[in-house]
Amino acid sequence: MLEIKDLHVRYGGIRAVQGVSMSIPHGSIVTLIGANGAGKSSIIRSVAGLNKTITGQIDFRRHQGEQAVSLLGLKPEDMVRQGIALSPEGRRILPHLTVRENLLLGAYFRNDKAGIDADMEWVYSLFPRLQERSWQKGGTLSGGEQQMLAVGRALMSRPDLLMLDEPSLGLAPLLVREIFEIIKKINQDGKTVLLVEQNAFAALSIASYAYILEVGRVVLEGPGRELLENPRVKEAYLGG
Amino acid sequence: MSFEMFLQHCFNALTLGSLYALIAIGYTMVYGILRLINFAHGDILMVGAYFIFFGTFAFGWPWGVAAIISIAAAGVLGVLIDRVAYRPLRDAPRISALISAIAMSFFIESVAVVVFTGQPRPVLQPEWLTNAWQIGNLRITHLAAFVPGMTIVLVCILLYIVYKTRPGLAMRAISKDIETTRLLGVRVDNIIALTFGLGSALAAAAGIMWALRYPQVHPYMGVMPGLKAFIAAVFGGIGSIEGAVLGGLALGFVEIMAVAFMPELSGYRDAFAFLLLVLVLLVKPTGLLGERMEEKI
Repeated sequence: MLEIKDLHVRYGGIRAVQGVSMSIPHGSIVTLIGANGAGKSSIIRSVAGLNKTITGQIDFRRHQGEQAVSLLGLKPEDMVRQGIALSPEGRRILPHLTVRENLLLGAYFRNDKAGIDADMEWVYSLFPRLQERSWQKGGTLSGGEQQMLAVGRALMSRPDLLMLDEPSLGLAPLLVREIFEIIKKINQDGKTVLLVEQNAFAALSIASYAYILEVGRVVLEGPGRELLENPRVKEAYLGG
Repeated sequence: MSFEMFLQHCFNALTLGSLYALIAIGYTMVYGILRLINFAHGDILMVGAYFIFFGTFAFGWPWGVAAIISIAAAGVLGVLIDRVAYRPLRDAPRISALISAIAMSFFIESVAVVVFTGQPRPVLQPEWLTNAWQIGNLRITHLAAFVPGMTIVLVCILLYIVYKTRPGLAMRAISKDIETTRLLGVRVDNIIALTFGLGSALAAAAGIMWALRYPQVHPYMGVMPGLKAFIAAVFGGIGSIEGAVLGGLALGFVEIMAVAFMPELSGYRDAFAFLLLVLVLLVKPTGLLGERMEEKI
């Protein structure tokens, strides 16, 4: 679905990503693991069109068997129209808008009212707590609920590729498990997921394939379950 | 002061305050989204007033038709100003856009002097506005009722757009977080253009009514109302539409009542507005309804 080839990202003089290639097949959950500053967010933000100073190739094929389109040079606002949605790092809920308004904004470019209503129902069934709070301002939600809202909002564009930037950030372990259960469910409902995480254990547990990044390069890759058993990964990312 | 006199002043204050409110909305909306003080805003008021002057006087259009065309044309002008003077500077330091705004203001005024000449021109007041109701000693012109009434209608339309429509939702989202709003598929530049269009249309509406009240137009007529409305926007809490309305009305009352109760100070009429600005900035910099705005990244 998504093919990244030899991606380089620069911020001023800093080379945040140095020649990363990766592939996200249709229907998979692929995760990008790494410490702060490893370049994970830079990659996902490049796919979303938020980085301008990039070289390499990012090709996207919305449905299997279609002609691939290059995402380079597309603007962030074009991505949802291509079928790619990003739930950004730090959730970025609009605090002064209601939960419902946040969700509607996720479907901003769509004109199929019936489809939007159906997706709203679906999001509410995934996150019943959002429905209970639909008229509350986003800023009054707890951290976990805001994360749910960020994921739900991304789903409202009816994407085929859902990108999640550190959904577990700052959440209690129980909530992390809940969010990851839901990510699995979203994947089973037919969405391909690209997951950027620092919580290696949770991410590897649900990922079909994983890439491990260090200072802008892929140092290790393989199926999630295999990497969970890998001694090097265990030592560096899973606490021994 | 007799009670009738006081009521008379209240009506004056309400009229003036309504005009300030209409103009202040444009400042506050643009500031809320771009953190930019659109110095050319007062000049759009002037252009709107000239449009109605030419529409009614030169082309002989019916007053209502000329008013609607003027308002629409000023809206287009606002969009155009954003396109040429501000949009190319969207990623530049904010001070650049501010300087561009000042330049735009002088540019519009200078062009107006060249095209319209600096000579003030009288504006035709339709009869249905100059008639007055006489209640005892109280004399209320239809204009004094028309201006607040029109303001209420226009503000309601604006609030409907901002709070009940999809572009309005995008506007409110952009004011907090441009990048996230783009990620959600909103074409931000279009929404900003719409914001300028709406603000400018309201300024033109105010300009038309201003020209009716002081029945003349001249190239610098927008400067003082623009400055004062900006003060009103700051007073109400810049970024808040409700604040702009409240601030505008408050400023109208302060100005009229200060002079009414202290006629010997009438020469300092404009100074009261600026005094108010200084006080607000000292006591409550966020204004009546404003919240602290974090710098956007």
